[in-house]
Amino acid sequence: MKIHQISLFVENKPGHIATPARLLAQEGVDIRALYLADTQQYGILRIIVSDWEKAARTLEAHGFVVKVTDVLAILVNDRPGGLADVLGTLEGTGINIEYMYAFSDVRGDEAILIFCFADTDVAIARLQAAGIKLMASKELLKQ
Amino acid sequence: MMETCVADCHAESVPDYTPLSQLRDLQLQRLQAVVTRAWQQVKLFRSRMDERGFVPQDIRSLEDISKLPFTQKSDLRDTYPFGLFASPMKDVVRLHVSSGTTGKPIVVAYTKEDVDVWTSVLVRCLAGCGLHRGDIIQIAYGYGLFTGGLGAHYGAEGLGATVVPASTGNADRQIMLMKDFGVTAISCTPTYFLHLIERAAELGVDMKELPLRAGVFGAEPWTEPMRKRIEQMSNIEAFDIYGLSEIIGPGVGCECRQHQGLHIFEDHFYPEIVDPETGEPLPDGSEGELVLTTLSKQAMPMIRYRTHDITMLLPGKCECGRTLRRIGRIGRRSDDMLIIRGVNIFPSQVETALLQIEGTLPHYQILLTRKQGLDQMEVQVEVTPQMFTDKIGALQGLHDSLQEALDRVLGIRVRISLVEANTIERSEGKAKRVIDRRTS
Repeated sequence: MKIHQISLFVENKPGHIATPARLLAQEGVDIRALYLADTQQYGILRIIVSDWEKAARTLEAHGFVVKVTDVLAILVNDRPGGLADVLGTLEGTGINIEYMYAFSDVRGDEAILIFCFADTDVAIARLQAAGIKLMASKELLKQ
Repeated sequence: MMETCVADCHAESVPDYTPLSQLRDLQLQRLQAVVTRAWQQVKLFRSRMDERGFVPQDIRSLEDISKLPFTQKSDLRDTYPFGLFASPMKDVVRLHVSSGTTGKPIVVAYTKEDVDVWTSVLVRCLAGCGLHRGDIIQIAYGYGLFTGGLGAHYGAEGLGATVVPASTGNADRQIMLMKDFGVTAISCTPTYFLHLIERAAELGVDMKELPLRAGVFGAEPWTEPMRKRIEQMSNIEAFDIYGLSEIIGPGVGCECRQHQGLHIFEDHFYPEIVDPETGEPLPDGSEGELVLTTLSKQAMPMIRYRTHDITMLLPGKCECGRTLRRIGRIGRRSDDMLIIRGVNIFPSQVETALLQIEGTLPHYQILLTRKQGLDQMEVQVEVTPQMFTDKIGALQGLHDSLQEALDRVLGIRVRISLVEANTIERSEGKAKRVIDRRTS
């Protein structure tokens, strides 16, 4: 159920996202989702790619500091209240969301949200118990 | 623990234990010879001595050395390339060139005898670090014009060890060699070794599990906290080695296993400590600038060379039994003091502060600029895999603790920037610590 997300440390300067993007392009790695957390000075570029191992290898070989983080892809009804329902199942459980962002694709009437939890395993158990749909990596990256 | 020169120890280490009176006699003889040689063969030395009405015969005791004029780095630049040579070119077997961060480079020369002396002092360095025949020593200093690589190479070979002449660069291959060959010791700059530790971790190689047991690190100043961090992360014994091209290259002095200062190979290099302002000699135990005179150099003798390195001659005898005097570890240079908004700051203080934070590896650079007449100091710190987490909060936490540590140690507010790994320029494995962009 876990999706391997690649995180990169980048300085907040012109051109600093272009280099990793170009390197991945050269290797034929497709960026499927992207989220940039930034401060004035630096940021963390988080990406979900078609081949995370190749992406990590390529970026590290070019001197980038890379972290692979487990995240979950959750299917949410694409209607008002869809997100509120998912979040509702987590309320009162003490499960902490580190960050979240939307995946660019939608599947039918469902949207895909990427969540990073402080404790991924606890979150999986809780979400599945509540009948929330989690996507496997293969399914998520299907074109 | 007493360490004496026994069967295990290299025969060349015997001079380390010369009785003091005998050592002083030898130094005086050699000083008289080298001053005579300098006066006879080198125009600059002769004219400087003549100006003072000094003749080589005026050296009657070691104390008389203070009557001699100093030599500065600028003298080597002004006489570039061969102006200070005391041997004809047919006797010179090697030239090395020091990059020199500003202006012209400097050239140093060696006769066959000089190379032999250089090798012998390096053998004594390595033997003092507990290395011997049977050790596999990887030399990861740059080979070429820089004295580090070839100097250490000859020393390790002279010791009878197995040498892996890796030179600098290609960290992945360095780690592969260390692992596959069972390398037991490495010699490089401390900065480069840190880089190897990081890279090994990325490659899934635990440096602590390798047979590597000693590192002989030099060619740039490094601090005691840095030693601890290196030792913790790699489970080796880290030694500080000292030298400079103008005198011979690496091997002017080195730590023994007591790690209580660096023994100077006094039978070849005569150390003095002087007041950096006035040039007055200072007694053992006082901090000042290290001044060195080569006692046996043929091709390029150096008389009272101002190193700009600030240290002291440590009083008392070392537990290891060597009679050679020791200098304290060099933390700063008389010319590397930064004055920022009226506060004196040494780059080594920055390193000490950064190392207070768990998990940091100090690849850092100090950037000085001037904004509206006010000096601005920025410390750039590379974010290494060990420091990086996927959480902005954690990075900000790291930023804050670095800021706090720097404020506390320096006493003034400086700006901290976290920068991408491997973006701070390194040359010959040496880190360039200070970039001064202040224009007056």
